[in-house]
Amino acid sequence: MSVDQATVRRVAHLSRIAVTEDEVAHLQGELNAILAFVDELAEVDTAGVEPMTSVIPMKLPLRADVVNDGGDAARVLANAPLSEDGFFAVPKVVE
Amino acid sequence: MADSSSELTRLTITAAREGLAQGHFTATELTEAYLAAIEPAGDLNAYVLATPEKALAMAKASDDRIAKGEAGPLEGIPLGIKDNYAVDGVRTTAGSNILKNFVPAYESTVTSQLWRDGAVFLGKLNQDEFAMGSSTESSAFGPTVNPWRRKGSEQKLVPGGSSGGSAAAVAAHIAAGAAGTDTGGSIRQPAAFTGTVGIKPTYGRCSRWGIIAYASSLDQAGPIARSVNDAALLLRSMAGHDPKDSTSADLAVPDYEVHCGASVKGKRIGIPREYRVDGMSPEIAALWDKGADMLRDAGAEVVEISLPHTKYALPAYYIVALAEASSNLARYDGVRYGERVPGRDIVEMYEKTRAAGFGDEVRRRIMIGTYVLSAGYYDAYYLKAQKVRTLIKRDFENAFADGIDAVLAPATPSPAFGIGEKSGADPVEMYLQDVFTVTLNMAGLPGISVPAGLSSDGLPLGLQLIGRPFGEEGLFSLAKVIEEAAGRLIVTDRWWE
Repeated sequence: MSVDQATVRRVAHLSRIAVTEDEVAHLQGELNAILAFVDELAEVDTAGVEPMTSVIPMKLPLRADVVNDGGDAARVLANAPLSEDGFFAVPKVVE
Repeated sequence: MADSSSELTRLTITAAREGLAQGHFTATELTEAYLAAIEPAGDLNAYVLATPEKALAMAKASDDRIAKGEAGPLEGIPLGIKDNYAVDGVRTTAGSNILKNFVPAYESTVTSQLWRDGAVFLGKLNQDEFAMGSSTESSAFGPTVNPWRRKGSEQKLVPGGSSGGSAAAVAAHIAAGAAGTDTGGSIRQPAAFTGTVGIKPTYGRCSRWGIIAYASSLDQAGPIARSVNDAALLLRSMAGHDPKDSTSADLAVPDYEVHCGASVKGKRIGIPREYRVDGMSPEIAALWDKGADMLRDAGAEVVEISLPHTKYALPAYYIVALAEASSNLARYDGVRYGERVPGRDIVEMYEKTRAAGFGDEVRRRIMIGTYVLSAGYYDAYYLKAQKVRTLIKRDFENAFADGIDAVLAPATPSPAFGIGEKSGADPVEMYLQDVFTVTLNMAGLPGISVPAGLSSDGLPLGLQLIGRPFGEEGLFSLAKVIEEAAGRLIVTDRWWE
């Protein structure tokens, strides 16, 4: 499979990465080189093979459903580019 | 002072520990020697941040504990840490501009265990951005340079990657040992390129908590060291169950060091015929044969085996890893941490922030990962790759069921290459670096890379041993045989000083 330039733009948008028009052609070539490489998998017979879900068999551990951490907004927000009144601040989302 | 301090930095961890215990020198003197060696090593670009004050304070605390007879197993040993481990209060970037001012308020489990056991923190080491690369050239801090050079050449070579800063620092004696991470070969390939020992333990052996994620089903922490014994010592401290990582294995951690030097008599070593890939350099093929002879001489039995799905490991890896990366890296959105670039609305803010913060390789990988997970392609790519992954793991299970104890393979298809040599238009050329290492990550198995000789132009070459799940002990025994037969590799020309 290979991607056209419209697909490159769509995937960039889904990835939330801005791309310029100049970059699109360039990216198309690079993405197609990678996709051509992984297309080799099509020749493997995987009929009846279960997809891997856990590489080392183990039971997912459970813990008691109780609060065991938190109440430390200042530390959580310490790296935020913008925060207000103990919250992360973002541009207006709903008009 | 210069002479005696370079003598201290030449010591392996095992020897330094002995010297500290005997009182031949103090932890403070040892740390000062490393800080003095880091100072003129700027040309290597191995450290992205040195923390001398913290190092000296920790060394002082080590001296106090040694005086009180309370020394831990790594007491006073100065270590460098790859920049994708969160260290409390210390800038942690994973080699990315998007995290260039990120200072975590927590400590990764693995590093907290190193400090628990007395190790001293020297600073953060360079890496490919978000561990995506095999040369450390994709770092926002610029490439790390390999302390090794070709005979008679001054060309700058890569140290491998992504844990290239870790490997270069250990080889250049500006850290006694280092913590790295390995998603597709990122500990073992740089270890091979720098004449050091690197082990990627079984998936689940070390906690991933506090390590910046690349591909969560493949990422594992592990040490890079100057000897097999040193790697064993470090892994023992790094490994262990952690309730904060639900994939961490609740198993006791063995004393790996006692297995270094244990007999390998009667062990069955598999040589997978599929690893003899087209275009393998005759030098690598000869090294592989030599490694088999070393193990045979030590009483192991060497047999040819087949791992039929080997050639599909790399393409399957590039689907699974990139899919997971696209999901893991969604968190870098300019809201909770990192640099924010404003936009007209929130979506434009995300898009501009991520375009400015991510480098080219990271951007490519996120986009491929997004594509293979998108509607209509999920089954053809992601599901298919996870099925192939089952087959790759089954290949190894069949070999182990047939009585094979470990697999011997080259660590890399070539010795270290020049900076800029493989960063051309086709990203796949760099991906092929991982051809011998990536199968283990796909199967969750442990693998150790150990120096086994020099190339004709004087560069280190490594061999890799692959073991059963949680069979790290056996790997240390086998790697020790190769280390003793081949000798340790030490950089003699300290050209950067």
